[in-house]
Amino acid sequence: MTARDERALEMDFAVARQDFAAAGEVASRVKQVLRQLGIASDLVRRAAVAAYEAEMNLVIHSSGGKIVLKVDSERIVVEARDIGPGIPDIELAMREGYSTASDEVREMGFGAGMGLPNMRRCSDAFTIDSSAGRGTTVTAAIYIAKPGS
Amino acid sequence: MKLEEIAKLIGADVIAGVDKLCTLDIDTACGADLMSDVLAFCHERTLLLTGLTSPQVVRSAEVAGLSGIVFVRGKRPGDGVIELANALGIPLLATDYPMFEACGMLYRAGIGGTYRLSRAEGRGC
Repeated sequence: MTARDERALEMDFAVARQDFAAAGEVASRVKQVLRQLGIASDLVRRAAVAAYEAEMNLVIHSSGGKIVLKVDSERIVVEARDIGPGIPDIELAMREGYSTASDEVREMGFGAGMGLPNMRRCSDAFTIDSSAGRGTTVTAAIYIAKPGS
Repeated sequence: MKLEEIAKLIGADVIAGVDKLCTLDIDTACGADLMSDVLAFCHERTLLLTGLTSPQVVRSAEVAGLSGIVFVRGKRPGDGVIELANALGIPLLATDYPMFEACGMLYRAGIGGTYRLSRAEGRGC
């Protein structure tokens, strides 16, 4: 993102741990902001889904954190940053069907081990930076224009 | 098929979005209780049939751009869920039929599933 990019935008949305009543509000807001920017609906949908899964992960698993939305003329980036507890085994966490979520979470329709795989499915570029005790940053990028084009 | 015809077909009460009964056209539906599957595999403008009544169902519908939600098996959402649906403009129906029967009635009446759309896009499911 460059300062000269007129469409460049960065917004932070706080997400509280275990706040199931509010879960989904950030994703709705992300969708609204992207629509207002006039971004194509299929890209908006992919970014909103990634944001929703990220938000649910923060609510369910983290000690609290935030979703950062960055948009410029080339890409939409949804970044979930939390303050812990970190993912001990990222490969295992990425496996579809693997979950450490509670029964309460499953009753809401989540916690089936699809959150991170869904985020990756929606993304053109996807990274996880985490270690136990330090916190996690999950980054999903959706290209508006292909890099370098 | 208009939402009103769908409500009649499966004997559903309309608990949010009465204003869309005669205007909203539905040609695709899916049945799911797992919201991550809805987010991953449902296409925009799909009608969701589900046995879950949590606020996350309405949020999932909004995020995924679904047309509306049918609660099956006699489930009724709480007031907070109805208020959220009204605020987001998402119609809610509720039928006593279980998931299998409700989906079957809609499919027999010509409502398609999402698989044909996924196949057309080259996606797996």
